[in-house]
Amino acid sequence: MKRKQVSYAKWGYIFSIPFVIAFLVFMLYPMFYTCFIGFTNNQGLMPPEIRILDDPLANFKATFTSPTFTIALKNTFVIWIVNFIPQILLALLLAAWFTSTRRKIKGQGFFKVVFYMPNIITAATIALLFANLFGYPKGPINDILISMGVITDPINFTVNGDISKGIVAFIQFWQWYGYTMIVLISGILGISPDLFEAAEIDGASGPQQFFYVTLPNLKTIMLFTLVTSLIGGLNMFDIPKLFLDGGPNNATLTTNVFIHRQAFSGSYMYNKAAAASMIMFTIIAILSAIIFFLMRDKDEARDYKERRQKEKEFRKMQKMQGKEGK
Amino acid sequence: MRHGAGAKAFKVVVYIVCIFLAILSIFPFYVMVVNATRSTPEIQSSAISLLPSVNLAKNWAAIAGKTFDPVTGFINSMIVSCGATLCAVYFSTMTAYALVVYNWKLRQPFFTFIMAVMMIPAQCVTIGFYKMIYAVHLTNNFLPLILPSIAAPSMVFFMRQYMIPALSLEIVQAARIDGAGEFFTFNRIALPIMKPAIATQAIFTFVQSWNNLFMPMILLTKTERYTMPIMVSVLKGDHYKTEYGAVYLGLSLTVLPLFVVYFLLSRYIIAGVALGSVKG
Repeated sequence: MKRKQVSYAKWGYIFSIPFVIAFLVFMLYPMFYTCFIGFTNNQGLMPPEIRILDDPLANFKATFTSPTFTIALKNTFVIWIVNFIPQILLALLLAAWFTSTRRKIKGQGFFKVVFYMPNIITAATIALLFANLFGYPKGPINDILISMGVITDPINFTVNGDISKGIVAFIQFWQWYGYTMIVLISGILGISPDLFEAAEIDGASGPQQFFYVTLPNLKTIMLFTLVTSLIGGLNMFDIPKLFLDGGPNNATLTTNVFIHRQAFSGSYMYNKAAAASMIMFTIIAILSAIIFFLMRDKDEARDYKERRQKEKEFRKMQKMQGKEGK
Repeated sequence: MRHGAGAKAFKVVVYIVCIFLAILSIFPFYVMVVNATRSTPEIQSSAISLLPSVNLAKNWAAIAGKTFDPVTGFINSMIVSCGATLCAVYFSTMTAYALVVYNWKLRQPFFTFIMAVMMIPAQCVTIGFYKMIYAVHLTNNFLPLILPSIAAPSMVFFMRQYMIPALSLEIVQAARIDGAGEFFTFNRIALPIMKPAIATQAIFTFVQSWNNLFMPMILLTKTERYTMPIMVSVLKGDHYKTEYGAVYLGLSLTVLPLFVVYFLLSRYIIAGVALGSVKG
């Protein structure tokens, strides 16, 4: 039956219009505008007349050489690493326990719900809650430590830079290990059960199965976790902002708190803030690109190997069939 | 026999660790809720108590009437979060529909473009966004916090992945033969089919929007426009320096809706996290 086909192609364009407009207005334009501001003299509440600076890169240079920015950058990385390493290790351990087929852990549903809970609670509230928990001279943590006999006098935790940084990293860890655990569990459940069965038949112990079957097959999902955690970590704002507002002595100052400080609390240096955010964007883009490159490279190499293997087998089969035919 | 003993020891270790972590997760919130009912002198004499006290009303009186206004914060947060969630799920599903149902020239490039856009971090948009909103006098307005969620690339990606197997093109064809318009087909046939995916994504967008601090903090400067997370930052102020019980009560109020949502929907939320990670 032949009938004249009505083309619906134009509807594809029509249905994409809202997304495209919102993207252009709320993402693309602001992004270029931010970039542009980074090159200008856009400062203060009533900037005189906005023009590109004589040395267009002056804001970028000033930001890069600013000791406060350097400290903020260092803090951001330190806090992220100190939170990420224990987070991924604990999440891996829990994921291995919860997916173990030979030893069923009861109450998994309950534990998952409880471990994930801090992740959905407002970070601003959590930051202030922890500031109260670590209160001095009277606060819940001091009370516990004294009643357990660990210390005799209350400690003023938040005047010490390293301890404060540690607490911020801990909050971050505490909020996110449950999430990472659930992601890894779903990754492990996605691995073909045949692999575990084969390992079982070969007599592999629990730890052996974990290191030789589970881990190698989790690589992609662990890289996914790494990238999302890195991007989130380098954008850290709520906790350091509301916990101690970057203090004491800039010990918990992250780059996002720095940017906020430059543009929105007191000093209206939009150009410096824009330059700092473009620098952060570049750093994130480069790091993500490196990680993605490593990931893609391996996958492709593996695919290529598999294809070669299959081709070989296919040719072998053809040869054998040819022989049989004769 | 030895194997059995080993298995037992293993289980004991697992449960000790899990129970410890569970306490670690619950403890801060438990302290928060219990101290919300205790008076400041009680908290000062011992900061931890297993049992609640009777000073809830007193603490409420200490909060009410000052800058911290949980009712206004709640209403504002509701408007912003519901608006953002509706925009995000409706228009993301629509964009996914364009990518799945229609065969147009730029379909594949558009999809690649959406994947690329997913990588743009919010950070490099902030300053320009603020300057733009300031220039059109829309600070202290909720629209700049709601409308950007129309373009949610990662949700479009998720919806597309879900729609490909869920929505058969024959249904769309059948609707056309029955004379249904394209928008009608989308609203009345595609949207209901996408309900499970929409529910999962709606929960996450809502929570994310509810918890958002950075943008609202920059754009909303009037107290009567504050959302919940900005209200929290008010509790840091001098008014509340000595009102320990009131601060704990204020903190509890800001997260009360989240606890309700979580305990009603935790099963779906956790399933959603697992699903999102596999698909994303």
